[in-house]
Amino acid sequence: MSVVAMTVNGKSVSADVEPRTLLVTYIRDTLGLTGTHIGCDTSQCGACVVHVDGKAVKSCTMLAAQAEGAEVTTVEGLAQDGELHPVQKAFREHHGLQCGYCTPGMIMTAVDLIRRKPDLDEETVREQLEGNICRCTGYHNIVKAILAASNEMR
Amino acid sequence: MTAEISETGIGKPARRKEDFRFITGNGHYTDDINRPHQTHASFLRSPHAHARIRSIDISDAEKAEGVLAVFTGQDIARDELGGLICGWTVTSKDGEPMKVGPHPVLALDTVRYVGDHVAMVVAETREQAEAAAELIDVDYDALPAAVSLASCQNGDAPQVHPEAPRNTCFEWELGNKAETEAAFSKAARIVSLDLENNRLIPNAMEPRAAIGEFDKGTGDYTLWTTSQNPHVARLVLSAFVGVAPEHKLRVIAPDVGGGFGSKIFIYSEETACAWASAKVGRPIKWTGNRSEAFLSDAHGRDHLSKAELALDADGKMLGLRVKTVANLGAYLSTFSAAVPTYLYGTLLSGQYDLPAIHVEVDGVYTHTAPVDAYRGAGRPEATYLIERIAETAAREIGMDPAEFRRKNFVREFPHQTPVIMNYDIGNYEASLDAALEAIDYKGFPARRAEAESRGKLRGIGFSTYIEACGLAPSAAVGSLGAGVGLWESAEVRVNPTGNIDVLTGSHSHGQGHETTFAQLVSSRLGVPLDDVEIVHGDTDKVQFGMGTYGSRSGAVGMSAISRALDKIEAKAKKIAAHLMEAAVEDIVFENGTFTVQGTDKSMAWAELSLAAYTAHGFAGSDLEPGLKEGAFYDPTNFTFPAGCHICEVEIDPDTGVTKIANFVAVDDFGTIINPMIVEGQVHGGIAQGVGQALLEHGVYDPESGQLVTGSYMDYCMPRADDLPSFRLGFTTTECPSNPLGMKGCGEAGAIASPPAIINAVTDALNIREIAMPATPARVWAALQARQPRAAAE
Repeated sequence: MSVVAMTVNGKSVSADVEPRTLLVTYIRDTLGLTGTHIGCDTSQCGACVVHVDGKAVKSCTMLAAQAEGAEVTTVEGLAQDGELHPVQKAFREHHGLQCGYCTPGMIMTAVDLIRRKPDLDEETVREQLEGNICRCTGYHNIVKAILAASNEMR
Repeated sequence: MTAEISETGIGKPARRKEDFRFITGNGHYTDDINRPHQTHASFLRSPHAHARIRSIDISDAEKAEGVLAVFTGQDIARDELGGLICGWTVTSKDGEPMKVGPHPVLALDTVRYVGDHVAMVVAETREQAEAAAELIDVDYDALPAAVSLASCQNGDAPQVHPEAPRNTCFEWELGNKAETEAAFSKAARIVSLDLENNRLIPNAMEPRAAIGEFDKGTGDYTLWTTSQNPHVARLVLSAFVGVAPEHKLRVIAPDVGGGFGSKIFIYSEETACAWASAKVGRPIKWTGNRSEAFLSDAHGRDHLSKAELALDADGKMLGLRVKTVANLGAYLSTFSAAVPTYLYGTLLSGQYDLPAIHVEVDGVYTHTAPVDAYRGAGRPEATYLIERIAETAAREIGMDPAEFRRKNFVREFPHQTPVIMNYDIGNYEASLDAALEAIDYKGFPARRAEAESRGKLRGIGFSTYIEACGLAPSAAVGSLGAGVGLWESAEVRVNPTGNIDVLTGSHSHGQGHETTFAQLVSSRLGVPLDDVEIVHGDTDKVQFGMGTYGSRSGAVGMSAISRALDKIEAKAKKIAAHLMEAAVEDIVFENGTFTVQGTDKSMAWAELSLAAYTAHGFAGSDLEPGLKEGAFYDPTNFTFPAGCHICEVEIDPDTGVTKIANFVAVDDFGTIINPMIVEGQVHGGIAQGVGQALLEHGVYDPESGQLVTGSYMDYCMPRADDLPSFRLGFTTTECPSNPLGMKGCGEAGAIASPPAIINAVTDALNIREIAMPATPARVWAALQARQPRAAAE
């Protein structure tokens, strides 16, 4: 066991975990933040995307210990002072979710994408979403929501 | 009506009530739930497609750190639990019932597919359970496996179940053989086509999960599980498996992350968690990983068919003859026997006035994962067959494929097909015309020429589909072999403060029922959308329900709510009449207000709700206090969503990559409550259809029976850059058989789109046939071996 400490959604957290503990397990099981989901075991689906030091990361691909000292943001930490993030609002407004399971990962990926590429077009959004699988929406409304949020945040 | 309600009324794109919890990470999926003192389960699965189990040594596993118990099939047999069942009995053409091999919860002496369940380990942590499962020593006698669908009925094929010689579960037929033979004998032309409907693996993004909990004090079991139909799960686990009596078992399906059919079924893991929770005396949690989902979720489709279409000299369809071999996998899953029979053969008439049809279906066992309903379930297979052969026929007689269809459309309703279904209403020409206009069919030759100038091959393909939804009239399905009735229940509970709880037997796992159902209630009772709560997914709250599949929740589930609302309105009017001293016939209920016609006397909804519960003014009347009504709605017919999907593809001849350049879907779903949600359903359905046509294929090694496509590295899920944005349109004929005029929309996209895409691909390549999925490798190979259509004629 080893103590792993980091900042999650602005709060300092610390826990004694097995060295092999994945960041996603630390977030879900140790911290009880179950908004971050697990949809596969090959780092393909993106349901577990969180931000580590501001960048989108599949939290199943890194050990909790690798996030020692990092600033981690999960979907629970995205809304500020009770105000939804523009990407969250856009997903609701444009029906960018159905069962909701891929949604946290999609939203966290989209926030990072808009930060990295302020001038998004449909083709770029589709290409950049390669690492996030949705089985419900056919991506149509997810793409629409991300483009709308991108415009809104411009 | 207030402005607020008019924005969320029937036909309005109300934003979803359920979204807030999902976009903020506050959903409650099964794996998000943790029970005090819970333990964790792991399942040991068969590495062989077919093997005899000589012995299982669990001694090392039992001694491993954190392990509380290890169970095998013998433990379950000792408790005299029943096996898993198929709830639909199909009868062969010789009158014999289908031949069913037993389906134990954990294997007894034989394993029958890679991933079959051998043992269950319960430990303090998931990691300990998984580690201990690896310490179980199973002595297998590996046997040859029947993997190939094409050869599993051969006399020398390995047998899956001794009960089913030649691995044949049933040999079923439907239609009129003599009339069909007569139609073929007078045909001017016969078009034939061999078709494979590829095996698909459903892949809801949330893997299956379960928590079983036993209360020693009361003897009550609770099972939290990823189910599309918790009451059906409870019924099967009680009446057939015998885990607990029905009244001592509560099944809760909380937020469920997609289903597409795969979460209808009652599986080993969920069953074992419920059963073993009493043995261990602590809650047991199991969450499947994606590899387990690939191996052991029920797969979909997997047909081999030979189809023949008889035409007269003018291109009028005379008859259809179909022979299909349908893969059922190693065991019959919960509804598997119904899928390639009554959900398939009955739809082979398509949108066409086809006077004679005869279909034969052999349902066969193979040493592969069970195959059951997956989005569309039988209807995509029927649609693929009829729409591929229709397009092929049109090309072979040199008729425009749109005009060929138009010539053969059913135009008068009701229309009795030769395969059971009675189409109640439709306007197939309207959806065809709308789709032709939306895609600019006239402009296609110019687009093709322009693509050619860029070195690309452009093709166009049609699918004028029909499906049967609103499953289903109970008497009808009962006469066809169903073990259950397919009605739906609803209960409307008006609270004293005027807000409303609606309990429904439908289950939402992405469909947005909490919004759509509330829109109906809100607009009927004149209360704001936020004052309506839709309760579902808990057998302790909702009395009974058949769940959500087969696009039934609008047409059947909402019809039940509508009937319950009729009763609420009737009782409320009686209360209003008594309190305002008027005759019931003089009470008008509009926009949430009861008025006495021709007077200024009125009562608001909230006022009446309170009065119903105080009952202070009921003296001297026969009124009961309270305002709560329920209804069971049993449909009188199937519903028949139909429409036209047109696809344009562009193929790069250098790489074989197919790009969907243009996709138009025009659907007739009858009444639409929330167009935003309905469009979302169509988008998702088309995406799964594109997956089937171009990307997805569940493949087993034909010798070893190993699942070759067991992860997202091997099974090609549609990603955002594989798909275009879709263009949707709607035409409407209201369904006459239910009170809301609804037909259902959940499966249409997956049913209609694959033939449109493959018709476009074969058009672009100028070839007759290509197998799904039309991967770049297959397209490239087809281009190398291209035999133009003209040469084949």
